[in-house]
Amino acid sequence: MALSVATQAGPRVVLSARGLGKDFSGFTAVNGVDLDVHHSRIHALIGPNGAGKTTVFNLLTKFLQPTRGQITLLGQDITHTRPDKVARMGLVRSFQISAIFPHLTVRENVKVALQRPAGLATQFWLPLSSLDRLDARADELIEKLGLSRWRDYRAADLSYGRKRVLEIATTLALDPAVLLLDEPMAGMGQEDVAMVADIIRDVASERAVLMVEHNLSVVADICHHVTVLQRGEIIATGDYATVSADPRVRTAYMGSEA
Amino acid sequence: MAAKSEPIATEQVAAHPRAGQVRLVLLVIALAALLAAPLFLYPIFLMKLLAFALFASAFNLLLGYTGLLSFGHAAFFGGAAYFTAHAVKVWGWSPEAGILLGVLGAAALGLVMGAIAIRRQGIYFAMITLALSQMFFFFCLQAPFTHGEDGIQSVPRGHLFGVIDLNQPLNMYYFVLAVFVIGLLIIWRFVNSPFGMILKSIRENESRAISLGYSVQHYKLGAFVMSAALAGLAGGVKALIFQFATLTDVTWQMSGEVILMTLLGGIGTLFGPIVGSGLVVTLQNVLATSDFPVTIITGLVFMVCVLLFRRGIVGEFCATKLGKMLGFRTEN
Repeated sequence: MALSVATQAGPRVVLSARGLGKDFSGFTAVNGVDLDVHHSRIHALIGPNGAGKTTVFNLLTKFLQPTRGQITLLGQDITHTRPDKVARMGLVRSFQISAIFPHLTVRENVKVALQRPAGLATQFWLPLSSLDRLDARADELIEKLGLSRWRDYRAADLSYGRKRVLEIATTLALDPAVLLLDEPMAGMGQEDVAMVADIIRDVASERAVLMVEHNLSVVADICHHVTVLQRGEIIATGDYATVSADPRVRTAYMGSEA
Repeated sequence: MAAKSEPIATEQVAAHPRAGQVRLVLLVIALAALLAAPLFLYPIFLMKLLAFALFASAFNLLLGYTGLLSFGHAAFFGGAAYFTAHAVKVWGWSPEAGILLGVLGAAALGLVMGAIAIRRQGIYFAMITLALSQMFFFFCLQAPFTHGEDGIQSVPRGHLFGVIDLNQPLNMYYFVLAVFVIGLLIIWRFVNSPFGMILKSIRENESRAISLGYSVQHYKLGAFVMSAALAGLAGGVKALIFQFATLTDVTWQMSGEVILMTLLGGIGTLFGPIVGSGLVVTLQNVLATSDFPVTIITGLVFMVCVLLFRRGIVGEFCATKLGKMLGFRTEN
């Protein structure tokens, strides 16, 4: 990939959507959404419940097919690409409910993600020990995210916060160019929130991050850019200060906060 | 399911350090029993047990390890029986070549049926496989080479590799036993392989597997074809055991029977389908000579199973303290 153009004025756009829209049998869930996600930047997508944030995520990752509009990932049109292909191209998402493999151990969870890039996913004739050579890389990621103590635990037995951290570890195993996080801090204790915020800030130095998040202090703290969605349409976009000063945003969303 | 398995996890019983040795001893005993069995029991009955055990194990590879409920596996079992019988009887092929044709034919059928059905989930997948297998049943009813209601009769067993005379009951028995063991080893390796790991992750959380870049349809199709091929292996062997390929083996009742065998023994366990098929086949054989209707008894057994031990016989054993101490695992 041609990464040499990265050092032009301002970070380059890695994921963009133009006029994105989705209808569900007559009901317009998302309409006219334009979005640019930049390399090494954290972009927040906020809005009241039912604003269409998760739908936008599903559209961008192609888990849903958009009714209108166009999506470009790293310069390539992915409007009609299958979701697994999109993931292989470097756009990897997390889910609102923690997406882990519950009966696998923490290490196995991470290794499942490592198997495909390592070309060790289709061999049905090899023993499981052929996956041992992924251990070092998996343990490195597990340590980076502070999960070493729980390495051999079944994922189902982890606390909620650690499940989310494991999910991020699994996602990072793919070394994606764009990371989409759907409410990464929902349901977490204050301590875990700070830790995950640090992790996200850290991983965003080498990639783009788009996240849906309700915790506005986190958004204010770590996000470079904020887009506010209401009833499926963008009502404001810019840095946190600009957006939070916007009267429409204040009435629509932040009423009590502002 | 997930909510139910939580408390089990908290009272986890660690496997005994020597559990591996105990399991190895049990395995050796089982193998020795199978080697000695024809000295005490009717070889044809034993071979029937082994053929159905392999069939059920092949089915379990799909249901237990991929979570796909196929209601059309009779097409692969009975279809392969026809292919093998025809090749051996009409074309004069050797038994090993005939069985290989059965396996390849079943795999090809599996590829076609799987490619059509695999995009659907749950009950829709089951219904499409049922519909396709019924189409195959009518094909077998009409096609000249199957001889319709008569089936392909007096199929010669021939000489294995041109040397071993399979008309000798003991030779045939040990051949079937070898095929059975090889079939189980293939299943075991398939489940415990990099591919098996991805299958497991797809069953645990399909959306997540997609978001990690896995084209889950291809993996499911791979498992479907492997399951069909192994069901074909069982079917081809069965045709040689009974020297007969029949419409009975492609009916939907046969598809139902293999589901019953697998559930009874315990899905997602390596030995469950073997125990389940052994129980069903034995029941059928015992009841065949009595006035009692077989289907009512197997139906009652199935109801008891569903009501009292949902994990199946082997599944329930694995969940006991003794089972856990021996380090037996279930996939559910």
